[in-house]
Parts: sequence; structure tokens; C-alpha cells
Amino acid sequence: MAAIADSDQGPETKGAMQEFTLRIRRFNPETGEAPYWDEHTIELEPHRSVLEGLLQAKGRFDGSIGIRCSCKAAICGSCGVRINGQPGLACHTHLDKAAASSQTGDGVIVVEPMGNMPVIKDLIVDMDAVHWKKIARVTPWLINKEPVPEREYVVDRESMVDVTQAMACIQCGACVSDCLSMEVDPSFIGPAALAKAYRFVGDPRDDQQFERLKDLAEDPAGIYDCTHCFKCIEACPKGVAPMNQIMRLRRRAGNDHGIVDRNNGARHESAFGTLVKQGGLLHEAELLPRSYGGDSWFGKFAPPAGLELIDSLPVITRALLRRKVTPKAALFPHKLAKADLQNVQRIFEAIEEKEDRHELNLYITGYDEEPAAGGEHSQAAPEQGQPGIEPEDSPTR
Amino acid sequence: MPAHDVLIIGAGLAGQRAALAAAEAGATVAILSKVHPVRSHSVAAAGGINAAINPADDWRSHAYDTVKGSDFLGDQDAIEVMCSEAPEEVLHLEHIGVTFHRNETGHLDLRAFGGASMKRTAYVADITGQAILHVLYEQLMKHHETVDRYEEWFVTSLVQSEDGTCIGAVARDIRTGTMENFTAKNVILASGGAGQCFKPTTNGLICTGDGIAQAYRIGAPLMDMEMIQYHPTTLVENGFLITEGARGEGAHLLNAAGERFMEKYAPNKMELASRDVVSRAEQTEINEGRGVGVNGEGIYLDITVVPKKRVHEALREIVNIGKDFAGVDITAEPIMIRPGQHYIMGGVKTDIWGRVPGVEGLYAAGEVACVSVHGGNRLGANSLLDTLIFGRRAGEDAAKRAAGMTMPEVPDSRLNEDVAEIDSIIAREKTGRRISEIKDELGTELNQHVAVFREEEGLQQSREVVKRLKEEAKTAYIDDRGTVFNQDVLGAIELGYMLDCAECIVEAAIERKESRGAQFRTDYPERNDEEWLKHIDLTLNGDGPTVSYSEVTFTQWQPEERKY
Repeated sequence: MAAIADSDQGPETKGAMQEFTLRIRRFNPETGEAPYWDEHTIELEPHRSVLEGLLQAKGRFDGSIGIRCSCKAAICGSCGVRINGQPGLACHTHLDKAAASSQTGDGVIVVEPMGNMPVIKDLIVDMDAVHWKKIARVTPWLINKEPVPEREYVVDRESMVDVTQAMACIQCGACVSDCLSMEVDPSFIGPAALAKAYRFVGDPRDDQQFERLKDLAEDPAGIYDCTHCFKCIEACPKGVAPMNQIMRLRRRAGNDHGIVDRNNGARHESAFGTLVKQGGLLHEAELLPRSYGGDSWFGKFAPPAGLELIDSLPVITRALLRRKVTPKAALFPHKLAKADLQNVQRIFEAIEEKEDRHELNLYITGYDEEPAAGGEHSQAAPEQGQPGIEPEDSPTR
Repeated sequence: MPAHDVLIIGAGLAGQRAALAAAEAGATVAILSKVHPVRSHSVAAAGGINAAINPADDWRSHAYDTVKGSDFLGDQDAIEVMCSEAPEEVLHLEHIGVTFHRNETGHLDLRAFGGASMKRTAYVADITGQAILHVLYEQLMKHHETVDRYEEWFVTSLVQSEDGTCIGAVARDIRTGTMENFTAKNVILASGGAGQCFKPTTNGLICTGDGIAQAYRIGAPLMDMEMIQYHPTTLVENGFLITEGARGEGAHLLNAAGERFMEKYAPNKMELASRDVVSRAEQTEINEGRGVGVNGEGIYLDITVVPKKRVHEALREIVNIGKDFAGVDITAEPIMIRPGQHYIMGGVKTDIWGRVPGVEGLYAAGEVACVSVHGGNRLGANSLLDTLIFGRRAGEDAAKRAAGMTMPEVPDSRLNEDVAEIDSIIAREKTGRRISEIKDELGTELNQHVAVFREEEGLQQSREVVKRLKEEAKTAYIDDRGTVFNQDVLGAIELGYMLDCAECIVEAAIERKESRGAQFRTDYPERNDEEWLKHIDLTLNGDGPTVSYSEVTFTQWQPEERKY
């Protein structure tokens, strides 16, 4: 609830008080009026959070400002909002940083409700209508492997550390807020729910991993409905990296379980990999027929590919007319210098010769782990200061 | 009008566990919470959950550590129940999906924790509470046909029949403002602690002592209310919690001279002495001028002695907290901490089945309750255990009690009074003080005089301040006149709950003229078993609490000098 706000914030320990202006998008469903902007100037140390700023505005000036919040420490997941257009937790964004990223030209911090979900009041959105409904879609509970042991399931040590990344999700909805796929296709199961799904698929105690993967691969709104825009990875305050979890679901479905889905998702990924491996760069015109017809040169002659080509003719024509593609580029693959091509192919070899697929996980690797002794293949650590952003191996391999 | 065998108020670990247990026992169940269940403050419990799972361990050892941790104020029958049932409960959690971290052989890994004589804390990195809470919510979603969820409903009163039996609650749908009577054969309070009475606190803004005050107002006894835990490691910056798991993994506490000062206070357990001992040691160092930081008000917690890889794997949350909220890379440099309000050992008095003596039909479990398993001081990683064990037991017992009963009839009188009360708050003239000012003054006052060290004069001042604030709260005004998500009006009600809790906390602290566990009186610095080896009970009488005493239950362990 967090109904009572704080009007000041404990002892000053870091930096002097500064004034910040918050421009809050307000909406009151009871007045029948359209949303409007409400500005308050608050005074806090710059390292305090936007949430503390909002609470000061609420405590000192206007108790009717609606925002869910409780822990103030990025654990409870209540205060998901958009700050200067970016989704995140209000408690997890410092005032000075928010003022610096302001788009208004005069440092005003703009706070709006999250997207992709209906607004109930002010900064409060209806998470039940979208987020929780999608969570419920992925059968969000463990389906036990039988027999259930008398004591604990004995499982690989790393497996539990591994699913911790998905478990770290606090259900704040920041990833849902700005999911581009969901904006286009509201039925998309979405980043949070699919990350939740990985929590079970990656859990060795779950009995239905194949069934879960099959279900999520075959659903047109499932794992292949994601377009790798990285928005959810950027949005996530907890380093869950939902898109990475979706890609891991794909690798498990396509590579490990050999699930070839009716959405042509698995074939599309396989064709993508093959084309890049062969030519060093993607040959776009070859991608679509192979995705539908099968991952070889003959793919384009398979009936499904023909049908899809005919279906896509208007798009192709428009693309040609607008010079997005030229007939030459469509018919002949991009040329890469021989040395470059060899370099690309060496990357494929290096990855393919490994016995185990190397999955990056912050709970295992940390941010700045020293390189393992003698391990020339050890993965480069993600750049410091970018929690949750991990270099993926090609998302479509 | 909703009617259920068991109505559970609060959906943190205790509430969700109670709901699942009651439903499994065949009862019709409603679980109602003022926030979405996964926002409950159990989510913030970081370090882990204690259980004597290791075959080389024994629950009696766990129980003894708990008794000693409680400074012999804990009731030993309840402690025996909790510790002996702990391994089974942790295995149950494992079976329903909690992703407890494993050791090299694939079995549950256990970490060291304060006041424990061996490693017995099962954990999920440093998000153990979150992991368990989310897994229980998975189970609630699974059992949606047998458990009705009322998410974002706010309880304004418990309802009693003419003979005082608890037969339901009045609650407000926060989203629509609709007020409703909830009829129930049994009510289980599981609505958490009252940390917001203090400022700063590690507790969330939702921890406003609602259940403690609601029970108190209908005549339930409160017990051990003076026992307020100050956690040894909260950020100087803003009071955020740094898990005890850090010290469990080997981190050191250092004063301004760079000394591991715990040597002086607890030579055997060092940083892993019980929390009251460590917090007092830190506060003593700070008070005697050996603190760190600009005003010397902090202590260094040095996590750099823990291997980096281990920190990333097992303490990642505090890596983030250090980075995001204090600008410190805890793997490279020490971080400034100090003792901060964290937990209330006291609460609504219950027996070992969660039953509240004197109020038929009412149960309490978790931080809202006082069984009392924590006595004068709770051990780290015993709170999650407390919520789950006694949440389950309350759920089971309530289901059993419901089986032979008919559904009570709830009159509308209470509902009508609460509707009128809310209307009157909304209609108040803007002549009094703001709610937020009163709350701030309360928090600052209690944190000054009802903290790690206490003495008569300061406590008397707090008593006067609370009395005045109670008066001022009657005319405090709000801004929001609406019905949809009117958080403002709920804030006014929460303030009332907090003031009732604060009044009882101060009263009990004044009453106990000795030093035991978290209650350290500089004017009575010794433990006095002869006069004070007893619980202080408070019941509402007119406008304030009346004091009485109850015996501490002993089974196997007699009081002895407490040394770490």
C-alpha cells in the first residue's frame, strides 16, 4: 500500500539537498477527464531515488498521487513506472541520473505509468489484466518428477544457481511495459512470463520440460514471437535478462528437443545460422524460403515456401519500389573478403566444438570474473555497469 | 457477501502457507491482502531459513541456540515445535519448487548464520524470502479453485460476535473503494510487523502493524512488545538491509581503527554472535568515538575477504544494493553500515497452534504474532521458519475447527461504522497536521529513545510524544477525496494502527526494568531473572494498555549466563 509517504529522508550523509522537478502523468478515473501533467518541485540529496521524490511530493503537497510502493529497495517490485520514457523501478533510479537523462531540455523528470497495461489511476496500472494473466498462461508451478524423493531432489549444483537468474524476477512489469512485440501483438506471452517458464524448463525437478517447450514453441504468441529488440533486457532492474531466457527456451526447444514448430521458428533460426556460416553475412532473400521450406538450397522449391513467397509478394514489391532491396542483392549473396569469411567460420567452429553449450548467467559468472587460467575459450565478461546485459551467442543459432 | 471457513489476512509467507494448509485440509479459504501477495514484505528476507537438515545436526541443538538467542525469554515448547518440524518444512518447500542452492554432491547447501552452533541455513542466493514467497504464490495460482484471493483489499476491522468470538472482518477493495463484510468461521492474522513505527527501518512502507492493532482493539493480548530487533548491518545511506548472510559467508566488521572489534564482545562467535549482541557492540563502538564515516556514525562491513565468485553467486543482491544505493563495489571495498530497526519479536499472543487466547476463532502467525519463539531476540533465518511452521499449523487447526461449525451471521453494524469512519476522515477540514508529518515524528522519536540502548527518561518522553500524536492523528487531514485507490485515507487508518503499536512498544519497554535480549536499559544494565524472567502482556483497557505478566515455558533448558 505504502499509503503514507515520507516527507523527509533521514540523516544527510551524501551531498547537499538539491531541488528537482517531477512532472507526473496523472489520471483520475472518477472525474471523467483526460490524463494531465502535474508538476512538483521536491528537495532531496541527488543520490535519493525518484520514488523518494514522489513520496515527498505525496507527503508534503498532494496525498492523492497514486503509486504502488513498499520496500524502496528494488525487491518488492511494486513501483514500476516510466521515467523519461524508460521503464524501470522508481526506487531504483537516482534523482540526479533521472534529471541528467531528462528529455525536456530543462532537467524535468517525467514520470508516467508503465505501458502495455491499462492505467487504473495516476501511476498505477492494471497488472492483473496483462502481466498476471500471461504468467498464468505458462503453467507457473513445478510439475514434479515422480517419485518425489523422501528428502530433497539431488540435482546438479549449477542447475539451481542457473535458474536463480529467472527466479530473481520480482514481477515488476518493467519488461512488459516496453515490449515491442507485445505492442504489436497483445497476445504475445511476453518477456516476464517466458522468463518464468524458463524457471521450470531449466529446473531439473520438473517433469514436463518437453511438453512446456512444445507448447510454447507451437503457440504463435510463444517463444518465436519475440523479435530480439533487447528492450526487456534494458528495462529489467534485476538482471533477469528476459530475452536471454527466451533464447534459452528456443535453444532447448530447437536444439535439445528437436521441436520443429508450426510457426517455422526453429527452421528460421536454423536457416539464419546456416546462411551466416556459409556466406559470413546473412543472405536475406534466401532466409524466408528456407524458413518455410527447409534449411537448404532446395528449400525454396518446397510448397510451403512457394505459398509464403506468393503471400509476401506485395511486401516484396513495395520493398523493391522503395529500394529497400535491389534485384541484385536479392538474387546474389553479399560478398565477404576471404579472410573475414574464415574468421566468421572460425567462430562457428569454436562454438560448435564445445561439448557443453556455454550459457552465461550472472549468478555464475559475476561481472568481472578474472579469466580462468589457460581458458582461451572462456567467454568475455559482460561490461561492468551493465547489469543484465550479457553477450549472447548468436540469438538464432 | 464472501463467507469462508478460513479467512486469512495478509499474504506473505505465513498467510500463503496458512492458506495452502487450510485448503489441503479441506476448508474453504480466502486470502486477503492490502498488496499483491508477491509484494508482501517476506520478499525482503534475504539470508535463508534454519533447519537441522544435516544428519550431523540435531533439532535440539537448533532449539538450544534459539533459546539462548532469545535470552531465555522464548517459550521452549513452541521453540521445540518450530525446530523439530523445521527439516520437514524445508523439504516440503524444496518439493514444491523452491530452488535452494546445492552443495557439490547436489544436496541442499547450508550456510553459517548468527547465533547458530553449526551451519544450518538453507538459502537461495540472497533472495531466499523472495524465492519462497514466489513459489508459494505459484502454488496459490495452482490451487486457485480452492483458495479465493482478494488482492489489494484493506482490512479496517475484525468483527466479533456478541460473545467476543471473531467471525470475520470488514475490508475495503482498494481499487473500487467498496467496503465489504467478510464472514468467516476462523480468521488468521498474517499481516506482518510494525517496522514503520521506526525511522529508518529495513521494513517496507506496508509494515504498519495493522494486524497487531486490529487484534489489540478487539481485546487480544499483545506480548513481548518491548522486544524490537535492531539488525547489525543496515546501510548508513538509507537504512537498507545488508543480509546477515554476508557475515555468514565470512565478512568482517571493522571500526575506525580497522579492528575486528567483535573480539572484545563475543570472542568465540565474533561477527556471528546473535543480533542484539552485535548491534550493541557496534553502537558502543560508535558512541565511544570509534565509528567510521563523516560523523563517525557507521561501522565498516568488509566483504572483500569473501572470494569474488562466491559473492556473485551467493550475495548478488547486496552487490547490487551496494552499487545502486551506496555507490560502493562491495567486492572491492568495505561498506558503511550501522544497526537499524528490523523486526518486532513481540506481537499478538498465541499458543503453539496460532490460537489467540481469549478471542475464540482468531489466529495469528508470522511477525504479527508472538508464540513466543524469539523471546528477547530472534536469530537470523528463524523468521522465515516461524512464518511457515506456525502459518501451516494455524491453517491446519483453523480448518479442523471449521469442520464442525456452521457459518456465523455477521451483522452490518461494524461495516457501517467503518464506512462512516472513512467518510469522516475524507471529510476532515484541512486544519490539523499532515499524516506524513505525524508519521515522521513518530518514527524519529522511537528510533531515538526505543532503540539499541534505552533509559527511563527517554522512554517517558516517547510515551508523551505518542500520546500527543494520538490526539493529533484524530484531526490529521488528507488530500484525496476519491474512492479509486485512495491510498491517502488508508494511510490515515495505518497511522492509527502504528500509534497503537507504538504505544504498546513504549509501555512494555518502560515496564521491563532489566536488560534482556533486544531490551537494553542503561539504567538497569543487568539481566534480572529473579524478577523479570516473564513475559509482559498488554491488553486494551479503555484508551490504553493494561499490563499483566505470563510465565515463560521451560522444557529442557534452564537460564544461564549468555556468552558468544
